[in-house]
Amino acid sequence: MKKYTDSGNKDTRSGFGDGLTELGRKNPNVVALCADLVGSLKMQDFIDENPDRFFQVGIAEANMMGMAAGLTIGGKIPFAGTFANFATGRVYDQIRQSIAYSGKNVKICASHSGVTLGEDGATHQILEDIGLMKMLPGMTVICTCDYNQTKAATLAIADHDGPVYLRFGRPKVANFTPEDQEFQIGKAVKLYEGTDVTIIATGHLVWEAIEAAVELNEKGISAEVINIHTIKPLDEEAILNSVKKTGCVVTAEEHNFLGGLGESVARTLALNHPAPQEFVATQDTFGESGTPEQLMEKYGLNSDAIINAVRNVMKRKKQ
Amino acid sequence: MEIQEMKDFTSQVRRDIVRMVHKVNSGHPGGSLGCTEFFTVLYQEIMEHDNNFNMDGIGEDLFFLSNGHISPVFYSVLARSGYFPIEELNTFRLIDSRLQGHPTTHEGLPGVRIASGSLGQGMSVALGAAQAKKLNKDSHLVYSLHGDGELQEGQNWEAIMYAAGNKIDNIISTIDLNGQQIDGSTDQVLPMGNLQAKFEAFGWDVLEIKDGNDLQQVIDGLKEAKSRTGKGKPVCILMHTVMGHGVDFMMHTHAWHGKAPNDEQLEKALSQNPETLGDY
Repeated sequence: MKKYTDSGNKDTRSGFGDGLTELGRKNPNVVALCADLVGSLKMQDFIDENPDRFFQVGIAEANMMGMAAGLTIGGKIPFAGTFANFATGRVYDQIRQSIAYSGKNVKICASHSGVTLGEDGATHQILEDIGLMKMLPGMTVICTCDYNQTKAATLAIADHDGPVYLRFGRPKVANFTPEDQEFQIGKAVKLYEGTDVTIIATGHLVWEAIEAAVELNEKGISAEVINIHTIKPLDEEAILNSVKKTGCVVTAEEHNFLGGLGESVARTLALNHPAPQEFVATQDTFGESGTPEQLMEKYGLNSDAIINAVRNVMKRKKQ
Repeated sequence: MEIQEMKDFTSQVRRDIVRMVHKVNSGHPGGSLGCTEFFTVLYQEIMEHDNNFNMDGIGEDLFFLSNGHISPVFYSVLARSGYFPIEELNTFRLIDSRLQGHPTTHEGLPGVRIASGSLGQGMSVALGAAQAKKLNKDSHLVYSLHGDGELQEGQNWEAIMYAAGNKIDNIISTIDLNGQQIDGSTDQVLPMGNLQAKFEAFGWDVLEIKDGNDLQQVIDGLKEAKSRTGKGKPVCILMHTVMGHGVDFMMHTHAWHGKAPNDEQLEKALSQNPETLGDY
């Protein structure tokens, strides 16, 4: 079984910051906006190198989204960064009208998504953002799993013409994807071949899925693991090819089961190849304060939860 | 354009407005009629603009309509300024039309650079476009129009604060002060106090057009506003208009904010605004 090595824990938001810095050097049209969270979003290097191309809007996310839309008129490629909560729910209508419906080339860059934001608690832990963003026509929705993938995605979305929601997080997590990876929007990454069950994971849950697959393998269960970094457009072909082989699927995400990756996968299966599915996701609740590890455990978002879901879904497959 | 030509233009635009909303029995004639002089002067006299539409608009002045419900006047003036065929006004609010109830880029209508209608968002967009102009070393200006009732939306004040704090001095934002909104007068619905003092307190350079339905005053006001750009402050025009101006029974009331005339009312409205440039 292939071994994925953590090259050293790093936060995905640093992948965003470093990707943005690189973009600043290679693409003069890239501009950035932030609503008083420069440090949290790791944007300082970009700002130091490109002070004229950075717009500090203050604690005014609605204005930030509108300004980002306006900056595209004149050929700029705005990267607007704040916490996921304030990048989506707080400004849904601004994104809907001024960005998505207007077809503006804005990159909404959302850090501190999900419960792993940790101690700040539920006011800041959005678990609905994937749903909100994927429901907007024309919006591309990306949720990256580690530092390297977040950096690669940041670079890739600058070359994609159209609005993008890029979701990443706060804590340091395993960094295991290749440094030199090519990030293809809408193209799933298969991490393990398997025959008994398909595990489809996104974001921080991808590493948990790898750990689960290793443990399952020791117990004689062959799990296929797919890293879905792009939730919309969804790589339906990769999902269907895998589930046709394994006959069942577990989806895993740091998001409410309503509106997330799991529902997108369920739709794909319902339309093309109905199969048993279990959802590793939050169960229509808000989060709370705690360490990321404690919260992942309490809300059923770790490798143990994935293993349990695999056992359950495989029982359903046999019936 | 001579004043008389502009008067003729506004008469035709007013005919377009009432005919458009009458045909589909929906739309917003009141604010459209009140802003007819403003749009006419802006597109016929003030802005350097290219009716061979390009979204980026580099090298030309840009206009953003924030109170998108007054789309009839916007569409009429765009069409009669050569952005799209005048006959297309006939499709206003109909299925498969580029002339949606509220303006949008979605159907690719030339002259429209942002969707608007959900109120309060246009100034932010205009600011972004103004910043892009500065980055592009493009000395042209960005204009925006906002309803007075629309200023009740908080996003405006985020934008107003940002613009002054960051010395965005290539923008002219006009507020259509007709004192009416859909539920009644602005004073009845939510009094906004002294808007001049508010804008000035935020750091804007504010001027007033006392009669926004007087062509000469609108011309003078916009020219004065232009002369105040590039001096470190965003420029605001408080423009007093009469909602429904040009159709006597629609004036001085909020009743025609979002209501279409019936056949008889249409004839009366048209009789007060002679056909000058040819109906579509």
